[in-house]
Amino acid sequence: MKLAIVVQRYGADINGGAELHARYIAERLARHAQLEVLTTCASDYVSWKNALPAGEETVNGIRVRRFRVSRERSPLDFGRRSEQVFGRPHSVADELAWLKSEGPTSPALIRYLSSHAGDWDFVLFFSYRYYHAWHGARAVPSKAILVPTAERDPAVALSIFGPVFRGVRGIMYNSFEERALIQAATSNADVPGVVVGVGSEVPAQPVARRFRQKHNIRGPFAIYVGRIDENKGCAELFSHFQKYTQTFPDGLSLTLVGNALLPVPDHPRIKHLGFLSDEEKFDAVAAADVLIMPSYYESLSMVALEAWALGKPVLANGKCDVLRGQCIRSSGGLYYESYAEFSEALYALEASGPLNAVLGGNGREYFRQHYSWSVIERKYLEMFERLKQENKAGTTRRMEPLPGWLARRRPDVRPAQEILATLPSGPVDARESAREARVYDSFAHEVRSSSPPRTPNEARPRPEARGTSEARGPRHQGRRWHRSTRSSRR
Amino acid sequence: MSDFQIRSDGVDVEQIMRQIRSRIREKRGADYTEQEIRELATAKLEKFLDPSGVRSDLLQHFRRAHAAQQTADPPMNYVFEDTTLFESPRPALRFIRNLLKPVLRLFFNYNRLSHVLHQQVIANTQMHGYEARRKTLDALYYEVMHNLVLETTRLGIEVTNLRMRLESISSRLDFDERRARALEGVVQYRPSVIAAAASQPSPSPQSVSQGQPGQGQQSGPSMDPGVAERRSRRRRRRGKRRGHGVPPGAQGAQAQGVSGAGAGQSAGADAHDEQNEHPHREHQEHSEHLEHPDHGESPENDEQ
Repeated sequence: MKLAIVVQRYGADINGGAELHARYIAERLARHAQLEVLTTCASDYVSWKNALPAGEETVNGIRVRRFRVSRERSPLDFGRRSEQVFGRPHSVADELAWLKSEGPTSPALIRYLSSHAGDWDFVLFFSYRYYHAWHGARAVPSKAILVPTAERDPAVALSIFGPVFRGVRGIMYNSFEERALIQAATSNADVPGVVVGVGSEVPAQPVARRFRQKHNIRGPFAIYVGRIDENKGCAELFSHFQKYTQTFPDGLSLTLVGNALLPVPDHPRIKHLGFLSDEEKFDAVAAADVLIMPSYYESLSMVALEAWALGKPVLANGKCDVLRGQCIRSSGGLYYESYAEFSEALYALEASGPLNAVLGGNGREYFRQHYSWSVIERKYLEMFERLKQENKAGTTRRMEPLPGWLARRRPDVRPAQEILATLPSGPVDARESAREARVYDSFAHEVRSSSPPRTPNEARPRPEARGTSEARGPRHQGRRWHRSTRSSRR
Repeated sequence: MSDFQIRSDGVDVEQIMRQIRSRIREKRGADYTEQEIRELATAKLEKFLDPSGVRSDLLQHFRRAHAAQQTADPPMNYVFEDTTLFESPRPALRFIRNLLKPVLRLFFNYNRLSHVLHQQVIANTQMHGYEARRKTLDALYYEVMHNLVLETTRLGIEVTNLRMRLESISSRLDFDERRARALEGVVQYRPSVIAAAASQPSPSPQSVSQGQPGQGQQSGPSMDPGVAERRSRRRRRRGKRRGHGVPPGAQGAQAQGVSGAGAGQSAGADAHDEQNEHPHREHQEHSEHLEHPDHGESPENDEQ
């Protein structure tokens, strides 16, 4: 089997969420298939500046082809266009201009994909919202598998992404909440998809004592790992924690790991350690009492999964559906939506040793069952097998074409934020996800036992299918371009 | 404040969160949203937490008004009678005007005009009186209001402080209780501690009831050398007594306390044991033996 992974940035020292996810998946799937990575020369996700040389190189044993970015991102232009498409009625052409402005604009990468489409069985596209994924999926729709890494932000409600979500061969979701969001926004329930996520290289025996000795940390502490940024909810975390220290003068302290884009408060119980190596990071998490995850938008928190893998409970921002859903499903953490809840939940985790231990144990078990590498690899391989069976059965999926020149310029698309507000929110019920897992297991068993190939609609048991999407036939799909995004003419 | 119910590993996070929310509701006393609480806090801050602003503003307003009143011209008034319209410093002109009054009355009723203007003069006079009285009262009103604002502000701050202190103390108490409970749980249910406690001999009920801390340790392996020496001396003494020909039966009788002299000796020996342990009592009891020779020989003599 030959595979290609297309991602916006790639490298051993690039630690963005989706990029790291792509690297982990590439390195794992390379054990089962001939795999290469197509990416850009950019290393900075804000400007997409060509920092790395174009051409071929090998990263951790994976062949990587880099293509130049033709245009760097202008933050001013991107901000203006984002305001337009998210907040005001606009046209499809505006959204396409927004996509181009967002980048990383690399026509060379798309040309290469189109011309070498026959070289691979499947092409995995990471991060739906970027230029490479949208144009790439449209260039090779019959081989495109999307790993959306979608968060609950207005981009998911833009009308240009609907056809891509409905037109790719398969989708590897990160969480049940992400799948519910995308299916509600784009009505793509009939596209084969599975909730997978990503594993992590967690060491078997991290040394907590080593971390404490090196950084001279004594006593219980909570830890935050990641970019210290307002977008990650760190400002709120600082505010909440400072209030917490006033309420509980003898309680735990807060240790921050990661680069700071936000000033860290000068407080005796807040310690910033900067960027740490993976080994030190795992030592730190092992030494901590609880991991705090204050982010509002996550498609999958790898740090939370790593904390669970090490048997540590998580205190997550309950406004993030994904984190909240994971806490509930794993029974491995608590969540908060206000300072009062933050204070009580952190206090409960700090003061109640048995609760802390039970939640940590549940998290460890949850990680082992759902995010160990054997499970992740199996889900990917089963998806490839399923799509191969569809190929043999002659099942094809058609990517909806763009509207005509005039229709593209008609400013009748509703603001994305307005659409996003109407989409269902909240965590997916744990029972539903468990039922889904059982159904998936039975289906996987069918695939493994090489049952006769079926059409996609028959092949994928969908207990959560809403019925409306099933009722519509493929004939109806062409008219669904603006089904949820076009405003009614008044 | 109740602890979280963790009965098994199948812990329900949503249930814990419900417990947390109910606890928050209990603390607040009402189910306010975060936004409502913020609004309330802001309102309170505006009203109470800036008393100097309130006072100074009030004072400024008062001073400004007072200064304006001081610098203003005194209120104008005039006199208007029924003859005012026809008055003139020139007698001839006054005469002609009075002469032509009937003609003028043909055109309009000047009496009505004179009456109205006269009434206005009376009203102006009354208003000036009211104004003067109001100024006097304003100073008093200011004084009262100033004091009220000051007191309300002070009380508001005090209430807020007390509430915060109460909450802080309550939280700390709760924290300490939980930590103590957790520590108790750890100590109580540690199997090694329980096993160690079971293997140690329990102290005699007498010593426990007497509550003397030194006595419980005497039988232990880490006995004080002085105490051990005293014990060996006591044993030697008893051996000597037995060696002086006290029959076993008599010794038993001594032990039961039925023989006067023997009992006295035994009591004396026991007293000596106690005196060794309590030197300050030794002198008292020795002097008693000297004063009452019926009690038999003193232990010191016996030893000699």
